[in-house]
Amino acid sequence: MADIVLDKVSKSFPDGTVAVQDVDLEIADGEFVILVGPSGCGKSTTLNMIAGLEDISSGELRIAGQRVNDKAPRDRDIAMVFQSYALYPNMTVRENMAFPLRLAKLDKETINRKVDEAAKVLELTSLLDRKPANLSGGQRQRVAMGRAIVRQPKAFLMDEPLSNLDAKLRVQMRTVVSRLQKQLGTTTVYVTHDQTEAMTLGDRVVIMRGGAVQQVGPPQELYDHPRNLFVAGFIGSPSMNFLHAAVQDGGLHTALGEVPLGDRVRRELESADAPRELILGIRPEHFEDAELVDDDTRRRGMEFEAPVDIVESMGSDKYVYFTVEGEKASAAELEELAADAGAADFAGAGGNLVTRLSAESTVAEGQTRRVWFNLEKIHLFDPGTGRNLTLHEGRAAGALAD
Amino acid sequence: MSADTVEKSTTPTVPTQRGGRRKPPLSENKKAERKLGLLLCAPAALVMILVTAYPIIYSVWLSLQRFDLRFPDQREFIGLDNYVTVLTNEFWWTAFGVTMLITVVTVAVELVLGMGLAIIMHRTLVGRGLVRTSALIPYGIVTVVAAFSWRYAWTPGTGYLANLFSDGAPLTERASSLAIIMLAEIWKTTPFMALLLMAGLALVPEDLLKAASTDGATAWQKFTKVMLPVMKPAILVALLFRTLDAFRVFDNIFVLTAGGNETSSVSMLAYNNLIRGLNLGIGSTMSVLIFITVAIIAFIFVKLFGTAAPGSDDSERR
Repeated sequence: MADIVLDKVSKSFPDGTVAVQDVDLEIADGEFVILVGPSGCGKSTTLNMIAGLEDISSGELRIAGQRVNDKAPRDRDIAMVFQSYALYPNMTVRENMAFPLRLAKLDKETINRKVDEAAKVLELTSLLDRKPANLSGGQRQRVAMGRAIVRQPKAFLMDEPLSNLDAKLRVQMRTVVSRLQKQLGTTTVYVTHDQTEAMTLGDRVVIMRGGAVQQVGPPQELYDHPRNLFVAGFIGSPSMNFLHAAVQDGGLHTALGEVPLGDRVRRELESADAPRELILGIRPEHFEDAELVDDDTRRRGMEFEAPVDIVESMGSDKYVYFTVEGEKASAAELEELAADAGAADFAGAGGNLVTRLSAESTVAEGQTRRVWFNLEKIHLFDPGTGRNLTLHEGRAAGALAD
Repeated sequence: MSADTVEKSTTPTVPTQRGGRRKPPLSENKKAERKLGLLLCAPAALVMILVTAYPIIYSVWLSLQRFDLRFPDQREFIGLDNYVTVLTNEFWWTAFGVTMLITVVTVAVELVLGMGLAIIMHRTLVGRGLVRTSALIPYGIVTVVAAFSWRYAWTPGTGYLANLFSDGAPLTERASSLAIIMLAEIWKTTPFMALLLMAGLALVPEDLLKAASTDGATAWQKFTKVMLPVMKPAILVALLFRTLDAFRVFDNIFVLTAGGNETSSVSMLAYNNLIRGLNLGIGSTMSVLIFITVAIIAFIFVKLFGTAAPGSDDSERR
């Protein structure tokens, strides 16, 4: 068990591409940290550098206070779980799990005891004599985990370990991973491109984009106080709505109406180089059917009317899609997020607004409905830099803050 | 990763699959499909029968006769007498021993060298094409041409190798002749071995090696405990090909020693009896015996070592 420190770690390839740029990260002993981001953001490269499978171009990597930049993977005492599971096909489950112990030259009895213990934890005891080819995906995944835990390494590194499982099993294994990590208390670095996994698993989440860290923090903090447009758009499902907003006479002109601004945001916008156009971000759950809002709440937000496009009833609440007119919000970050979601060439006409309303709402498709939204939960982003303008000392305060 | 690979790996033999398919009555569609399959196979099967099956059967027929072209009148059917003659003859067993020695030594050396070459070709990042092409040059040269260049190189007085390494005439002594024959064989076919092994190397998933690294394996342990087992099917195919090939060694011996000083292989012996000696009966008998030996070698590889036929999907890969 150990802490892992990345000190300005960078990775560049001979052809000049920079995969990872000046990553600073301190992972405490026993902490569960998630690296998340779209494909090509450098998260796997970062993990491979921690494992020693890729050389570090510059910067320093310390495991348990010791510089390990030049150490071979086998001398770093870390265990890795791969997306492909990487089980040795010629060995049985038992042999697979015993492999690292055999390499460490432990005696037979100890090896057997440790393998049996790990197999019990992961409910693999009845499969110990099978070959990987005769296991299901979930079982293979558990063997891969077992091979990692038998050795009691300083840290676990997991590279999208659940991505090859089907949706249901993935949710199940998520809790297994989470419980296992808590039980063992081993420092864990976990790479995923799935923001749900990131939100549910980690003590802290590191969001990466283009080789650089965007924001580091506990999942809830990233969700509530995104530092920039990219983080705001990446975290959350369905994702945050983004609308074009023009600054006009101390207020904002948007497709949802004239949004008033508090003193603080107004001051930000008064400086000479302040953007004249902004992107307004608001999460689906910060909308509500105007009929269901009491007066006290109503004062904290504003209302608009829009035609209902589609209603998806989830039982506990309703996802309602509205068609709002007006210019589409555009920024490099948003395009990248759309590309990652595979929807770059499929945006639809106009700005479709996703809202999450109470189940009691009587909203129906085809209606024009009055909807309330919470001004305190609004985020405003500079389209040029992506910076969240409503963020003050790390906290998002909405549009009205004084 | 799917269920069908799981099934295949538990039942690696074909019969179960075929048996399972036979049980239910065939639908119209299946029947038509099967008919089409047979029709598509027919031309190839016909050609094979004409150019392969017929000569084999004919030589078996010849081997059962006393048939010497110098004494055509004495031709008669004599059953297995020719086989008794050959199998009790010391020249045959000497040639058989020589062939076996050449086969075992060359294939073993080629495996080691070929593996090294394959790894180099696989790992090379700069000038990959150049490295691969130059490694394959020996294989691209006609064997007889290469054999002549070896012969000249070992000819006393004019050959550079003879001048460098030997005082006498190495191709006139049995041990050194055999060594030179094997050297020529190895030089010639190692690239072929390397090529087959390189295909096997490509089957080793990168993740597996990474996993072994983090599990604490040294480079050598990664090679022996991870790469070799995963490559086993490819290695066996390469060995099978080369063993069958090496057992029929002919051209190098023909050019280098012409079988002198008891360096004849069984193929040389069969040639000498059949073509030079004009003894069709004895020559055919030897050919049939070579054919049987080769078949036995192939059988051992496929049945005992479980070599997969090239091209067939093997579940071991994952």
